[in-house]
Amino acid sequence: MSGEGLTVRDLRVTFDGFTAVDGVDLDIHPGDLRFLIGPNGAGKTTLVDAVTGLVKATGSVRFGDQDLLGRPVHRIARMGIGRTFQTATVFEELTVLQNLDIAAGAGRGPWTMLRRRRTVPEPVARALETTGLTSLRDRPAGVLAHGQKQWLEIGMLLVQDVRLLLLDEPVAGMSHDEREATGALLQRISADRTVVVIEHDMDFMRSFARSVSVLHAGKVLSEGTVAEVQADAKVQEVYLGRTAEPEPAPATAVAVAEEA
Amino acid sequence: MTVILNQSLTGISIGAVLLLIALGLTLTFGQMGVINMAHGEFIMAGAYTTYVLQKSISSAGVSLLVALPIAFLAAGAMGALLEWLLIRRLYTRPLDTLLVTWGVSLMLQQLARDIFGAPNVQTTAPDALTGNISLGGGITFADNRLFILGLALLSVLALTLILRLTPLGRRIRAVVQNRDLAEVSGIATGRVDRITFFIGSGLAGVAGVALTLVGPIGPTMGTNYIVDAFLVVVVGGIGQLKGSVITAFALGILQAVLEYSTTVSVAKVIVLVAIVAFLQWRPQGLYTLRTRSLA
Amino acid sequence: MTTTTSSPAVVAPTSRSLPERLRVPAGFALGAVLLLGAAPALLSDFRLNLLAKYLCYAIVAVGVSLAWGRGGLMVLGQGVFFGLGGYAMAMHLKLTDAAATGETLPDFMQLYGTGDTLPWWWKPFADPAFALAMTVLLPMTVAALLGFLVFRRRVKGAYFAILSQALAAALSIWLIGQQATTGGTNGLTDIQGFFGYSLDDPVNQRMVYFIIAAVLLLLMAGVRQLFVSRFGELLVATRDSEERVRFLGYDPANVKLVAYVLAAGAAGLAGALFVPAVGIISPALIGIVPSIGFVIGAAVGGRASLVGAVLGAIAVAWAQSTLSDALPAAWTYVQGLLFVVAVGFLPGGLASLGAVLRRRRTAAPTTAPTPATAPAPTTGETA
Repeated sequence: MSGEGLTVRDLRVTFDGFTAVDGVDLDIHPGDLRFLIGPNGAGKTTLVDAVTGLVKATGSVRFGDQDLLGRPVHRIARMGIGRTFQTATVFEELTVLQNLDIAAGAGRGPWTMLRRRRTVPEPVARALETTGLTSLRDRPAGVLAHGQKQWLEIGMLLVQDVRLLLLDEPVAGMSHDEREATGALLQRISADRTVVVIEHDMDFMRSFARSVSVLHAGKVLSEGTVAEVQADAKVQEVYLGRTAEPEPAPATAVAVAEEA
Repeated sequence: MTVILNQSLTGISIGAVLLLIALGLTLTFGQMGVINMAHGEFIMAGAYTTYVLQKSISSAGVSLLVALPIAFLAAGAMGALLEWLLIRRLYTRPLDTLLVTWGVSLMLQQLARDIFGAPNVQTTAPDALTGNISLGGGITFADNRLFILGLALLSVLALTLILRLTPLGRRIRAVVQNRDLAEVSGIATGRVDRITFFIGSGLAGVAGVALTLVGPIGPTMGTNYIVDAFLVVVVGGIGQLKGSVITAFALGILQAVLEYSTTVSVAKVIVLVAIVAFLQWRPQGLYTLRTRSLA
Repeated sequence: MTTTTSSPAVVAPTSRSLPERLRVPAGFALGAVLLLGAAPALLSDFRLNLLAKYLCYAIVAVGVSLAWGRGGLMVLGQGVFFGLGGYAMAMHLKLTDAAATGETLPDFMQLYGTGDTLPWWWKPFADPAFALAMTVLLPMTVAALLGFLVFRRRVKGAYFAILSQALAAALSIWLIGQQATTGGTNGLTDIQGFFGYSLDDPVNQRMVYFIIAAVLLLLMAGVRQLFVSRFGELLVATRDSEERVRFLGYDPANVKLVAYVLAAGAAGLAGALFVPAVGIISPALIGIVPSIGFVIGAAVGGRASLVGAVLGAIAVAWAQSTLSDALPAAWTYVQGLLFVVAVGFLPGGLASLGAVLRRRRTAAPTTAPTPATAPAPTTGETA
């Protein structure tokens, strides 16, 4: 375990005058399984977008001793930071194996790229094993069940050997069993990597989070263990106390619109 | 100095033509993501409408004024029909609309050839628009160019008012910003698309009427303008009227000044290089909405 | 080759049965026998020469299949690269033609030219090696420049399509404007010799045909290898989700750039071979209309399928020259309809027709034993 954590200082993101992230500080230590929760519009996804270089931000974001802000997306990815999206984005027309192979290959030289793959690379085989997708490896990713697509996405991060995983609502739309399996998968992964999960599902958070940050209106409202956060009066007021607690998130497009 | 001013005025009138054509595209391409290559043929339809009307109404002035609304309706109806027949099936593949509408454009051109013959035809300009007005110091501006400029600005104004103030305009903007959300909010997105297409294509018809004042009418007249007009929308920014207005005049003046100092063909090349360079600075065009969306 | 795949999908190379393994070499051998054996044996000189022209369009289609079919790049400016390759070749041939009659200037320059010296940028094309290299390098350089600027700044796909068209328009207008040095609207015409061989001699015309057919076959073999390589998989991945590829640590701009530049090289080669086969290169082969025409063959045959694109290009070119002589108006309607039907309703082209019909007949459920908690069918995109 390398001693690299994510350090965020005074992060701000503004869209046309609207401040989506408003001075966030975060310290996520190596090996953590951190949940980011908060009502819609709290700035969770935008925070992850800023860390991964998708939106411009001010402040500072450091991973280990490297600065992330201002670097292009693919450079940040090559530094060992991987993410997923609210809607699973796998390459639907490629097989599970091809998906993982592409994920494993960012460092390949031109000669390797121009040849056909003859064997299954070792990290790919391991990721197939970890995510339980070995038997589906020749299936086009487009026909996988929703949960399996999310696992494939996580598998793609594993073969990249990322040290920090940022997962955006990985269990949205999953069945109960799939949630349990995903939770177990996340705990296995976080044994030697840092994992950050954006989640709306409170039960899921209670069962699997090692630490929690609550975001509200672009700011960190509270931080600590599950129990500490639940006991925080401010959190109860703005979030946990709200009526519609476990938010079903079927229409992601709409959710995006509301949060933007 | 006089020369530069005169070239700038030429540029403004080139810009006014570009603007008239690009206005419709701003709606259909800019706001709906549809690359309608048949837009050029809607221009042609507007021009031929003027031609036919002038044959039946002897007064050039009256026929021109009558042609404006009729060309708008005719081209608009063609656009709405195209949307209903083909384009609504292709919203998930915006790039493919380019090729499909290109096919439509080929067929419409041939149709025009079959109906009106391959050679170009002309209309007579009304007497009121054949003179020049003098701005003093040897600078003049042709009346027909002034008419086109006025028509372009009037169209911008009308479109802005429709988009800003009417319920229809609000619906159009809602669909543009978030189709799914608009749909679940009870907006009949299909209907809005068709109306948007109607207006955008109708504006092409109006542009066609204007073009009869400055050039011949022929089956391929649309092709000559369509790519330049698309460039206006690209540089102006997706779905932004003010971007198109600024860009149309800027490109028109640039083109006119370059044509004077070099040749028409070299000017074309330089303008294109300038546009590619501009996109390095603003890849999304002059004006954009910053959003968090992925694509 | 991958023609029978139901969609632009890529066949997994694993667990293929032996006959399937032999299909690609067998198909290649069949193509070679047809193009190099049967066609020259059966066709008259005139028809063989026409076929040579169609094969040039097929070479462009190979590149289109790579860049558009697999890479999703709307390459609507292929006429530019075809033209650059063609002009590079034609400039050399015009110079050797002139030298053969003891002149220093090509015929059209004596007619329209302003001086009696060759423009400086014509001079290096007297060298055959330079001219040959330029037929490919010139288009690839222009593509690399435009592609680099456009892809690096993540300019939208639609913008790229429009810029490609604008480039085609600009080049053809520029060529027309420079009549004294480019031949203007007429282009470079009346080319007599091809590296010392007279093009009036039918035997030499056959030789040109064989060169074109061989180039097409080699290019298809090379691009087919690209399709099944890791690069090919990455290209499809980039087409389908560029953002995702970026998050995997690749720079999609480079992936697209490679495909675009290779497609430009293929178009340049096609233009260069077109010149000895047809004896002319002109702005009319370069502008917006022919540039869009270059993709229709690939669209009809199946843009993502190499064989489909090649056969489509040949078939469309054949239909055009057959129909447009007899009924020019009818051909324009047919061409328009081809765009509408092939792109609008059969985006996989004729290559996907079998699969589409099969899917209609079996009507969905039997396709795959979908795992528990079945996802919504995703067929809409692949159709």
